[in-house]
Amino acid sequence: MRTKQMLVALLTLLVCPCLLFAGTVSGKVSYTGTPAKPKPIDMSKEPSCAKQHATPITTETVVAGANNALANVVVYISAGAPDEGQVPQQAVTFEQKGCQYIPHVLVMHTGQELKVLNSDQTSHNIHPLAKTNREWNKSQPPGTPPISEKYDKEEFITVKCNVHPWMRGYFAVLKTSHYDVSKDDGGFKLPNLPPGKYTITAWHEDYGTQTSDVTITGNETKDVTFTFKAKAY
Amino acid sequence: MGKILAVTLVIVAIVSAVPIVMHTWPPPEDISTHGYAIDKQMDETMLEAGFSFLAAQLLLALFIWQYAGRQKQDKLKTFPGGAKGLVIAALVLVGSEILALGVIGQKAWANVYFAPPDKDAMTIQAQAGQFAFYFRYPGADGKFGGMHPDKIDEGNQNFFGLDPENDVDSRDDIVAAELAIPANRQINLMLHSKDVGHSFYVRELRIQQDFVPGLDLAVHFTATKPGRYEIVCTQLCGLGHYNMKAYLSVLFQEEFEKWLKERAGQ
Repeated sequence: MRTKQMLVALLTLLVCPCLLFAGTVSGKVSYTGTPAKPKPIDMSKEPSCAKQHATPITTETVVAGANNALANVVVYISAGAPDEGQVPQQAVTFEQKGCQYIPHVLVMHTGQELKVLNSDQTSHNIHPLAKTNREWNKSQPPGTPPISEKYDKEEFITVKCNVHPWMRGYFAVLKTSHYDVSKDDGGFKLPNLPPGKYTITAWHEDYGTQTSDVTITGNETKDVTFTFKAKAY
Repeated sequence: MGKILAVTLVIVAIVSAVPIVMHTWPPPEDISTHGYAIDKQMDETMLEAGFSFLAAQLLLALFIWQYAGRQKQDKLKTFPGGAKGLVIAALVLVGSEILALGVIGQKAWANVYFAPPDKDAMTIQAQAGQFAFYFRYPGADGKFGGMHPDKIDEGNQNFFGLDPENDVDSRDDIVAAELAIPANRQINLMLHSKDVGHSFYVRELRIQQDFVPGLDLAVHFTATKPGRYEIVCTQLCGLGHYNMKAYLSVLFQEEFEKWLKERAGQ
């Protein structure tokens, strides 16, 4: 009886060490300096979209929060990730709504299904400007079913609409499911990390990338901060 | 049978002439200072072409009516004295009419295209790109910053490829998605295409001018009536052509200054 219990415990440890030693990396992304002011977007040529916004929306190149917090930064494990090759079954969704991309930055795993929705009363033509992956662009009139696609290689892809020049979004195609996108307060969290050495990378669409090395030894939370230098223009 | 055709021809000709003679579909209101010349030219062209059209149709109907009952074996009579003189006369008549229209029309055309803009005309730049128009005002310094195609970043609202980091002139340039202008002031609009051929057309302004990639063309005009008018692209430019438009806001001077000030603060 005792040997059986021991065996189960050992097996659990082998199969999923994260259950016993679940380390977490969390922290904040911020900036120094003065970022450029977001610019208002005039959508008057597309009335069906313009009327969805009570106040004109602004560009999302730099989304800054209180206390120099920087949002929309993709924080992920770029080396040492324990789950390479495990593709999530669930699809990620990218929505075109009010002539805007929601979310502005979408993270997905290589090989994971990507669904593109058009919730507007106008035609969109999504055009992700992929360089290492295969490039495509697809027209999507209102009421058409979602577009289903996937990317095989790791890449940060700029997404534009061939009909509405102001629309801009990003795809972050990663080889790991250990990622987070910083919130308005700049916060991010990467939980369930088994002990090991990791390289954490933070990517921002305008300010570039930064990396930080972290070692997780057991059931602990490591604090990592990233500070980007803001550009005035 | 032939007589029925002749009568049908007369009816079709007259019915199609009625809405033109009655001005059933008048052109949209003219809000420009030069538009009257173009409207007058259109009227003259319509009158002369319409008169020739009716004359030709009625003459055709007359001949059909005349020879409708002709038997197969009947020989056609030759035209008395031959038709050479008549053909030459018709050619001279039509030719001189078209020439006259062209010469008179030059005046309306040259007024817009060959005369230079006034010295105090306000310069605005229009940029067409798939599938939207954007307009640029020089700002407080009165100077446009340089354009750098590699700096174009539409997701960041940099449609003209400005480089404010290194180019001081471009820092106060005002970029807008609508063309706001003061009434009763001459505007010198410079047209620049980002990608393919487009066209700037405002019906009420009586202006239609192509954007040609690689060429900076200019048109000048003075709008007289405040209001909001549609600017449409009238050169097939791709998938989104049907949806390529912007608005022209003709404002009173004070309103225009307020508009500009609001934009400058953004």
